[in-house]
Parts: sequence; structure tokens; C-alpha cells
Amino acid sequence: MVIPGVQLFFSYFKDLVGREVTVELKNDLAIRGTLHSVDQYLNIKLENTRVVDQDKYPHMVKPNSFFYFFPPSRLSVRNCFIRGSVVRYVQLPPEGVDVELLHDATRREARGG
Amino acid sequence: MGSEEESAVKEPLDLIRLSLDERIYVKLRHDRELRGKLHAYDQHLNMILGDVEEIVTSVEIDDETYEEIVRTTRRTIPFLFVRGDGVILVSPPLRTA
Repeated sequence: MVIPGVQLFFSYFKDLVGREVTVELKNDLAIRGTLHSVDQYLNIKLENTRVVDQDKYPHMVKPNSFFYFFPPSRLSVRNCFIRGSVVRYVQLPPEGVDVELLHDATRREARGG
Repeated sequence: MGSEEESAVKEPLDLIRLSLDERIYVKLRHDRELRGKLHAYDQHLNMILGDVEEIVTSVEIDDETYEEIVRTTRRTIPFLFVRGDGVILVSPPLRTA
């Protein structure tokens, strides 16, 4: 079901499921992972995630006291749900962007919305 | 809306509609600027841009002289989804010719 005016990017991200994306958050954290799912609020679930700049954001990777003896690679956040509202950017795979399709969908949405 | 009116600018978003497939300038919150080709947008100003250049401006104060040092960091990204809530303004391409 396509409701004009609310669905353009929701549909777009649904088609992107299974691909690798980099989500940049408003706190400057960048997380790369496989897009698992998305909803109408553009909340995003990522799998096999890794923090792009680990030196800058050690809290996602480094052990705390409890996990001290585990190697950092075991401790990083492997799957995560990202609230849509904290996303700043999503870097898209070039092969996942059909420019013509996007133009058509945007024009359709501009008329309907 | 008749087809002869398709290109008319009646409401603010029409200006952005006419910029589809053109390079635009986007000013974002927190001193970020983007230049890129507009491939998609919606009424929230969520956008997909192509061949994007991002410019981040930061001001640091020199410890000794207390002078303001303005730093700009640039990077390019092939395709970028931009969430609309960070957008301050969108400007259509400069038509220099």
C-alpha cells in the first residue's frame, strides 16, 4: 500500500534492505552495517555493525570493567536499532540508487502530497 | 493543476521541485553545508543527494592569543540521504551563464 506524501523514503529504504550502509548520527557517531529493516519513522535496524572511527568513539568498542578480558572485537555492538530522529545522514551504496526511479517517485509524491 | 502550471512557483516546495536533478546548496544545523545533485526529496526536506561535498566549519580559540581560528573540513560522498530535520535552507543552483 502506498500512501502518497509519507512513503517515498520508507519505500526507498525498504528496497535497500540487505545492503551495506553507513548511518551518521547527530552526535557524529558513524555506524556501518547491513540494513536489516526500516519502518515508517525511518527507524533503522542494522546488523553486523561496526563503528567507523573507533579511535574517536571508544565507548562502543572498548571493554568496560565487566568485559575487561574480552577482546574489543567481541564487545562491539553487533546489532542495533537506531531511532530515526537521531540520524543525520545515511551514506548509500551507489548501486542502490536508481536516479531515474527516484526522480519519478519524487515528482509523483510532490503532486500527491 | 494543469500542465502549463507545472513549472510555476506557487508554494515554497515548488522551488525545490524545480531543482530536481540539479546541483543545490543545503545549509544544515551545526555549521554544516552540502552541495550536491538533488535526486529525491519529500515534504520534511528529507533528501537524497548525489556527488555530495560536505563542508563542516568549526571555530577554535587559540590558547595563547585567544584568536578565533576558523577551520573547514571537506569531504565528498557519492550518495547521501539527508534527514530533513537538520535542514536550515535549500538554495537552487546558481545559474551562471
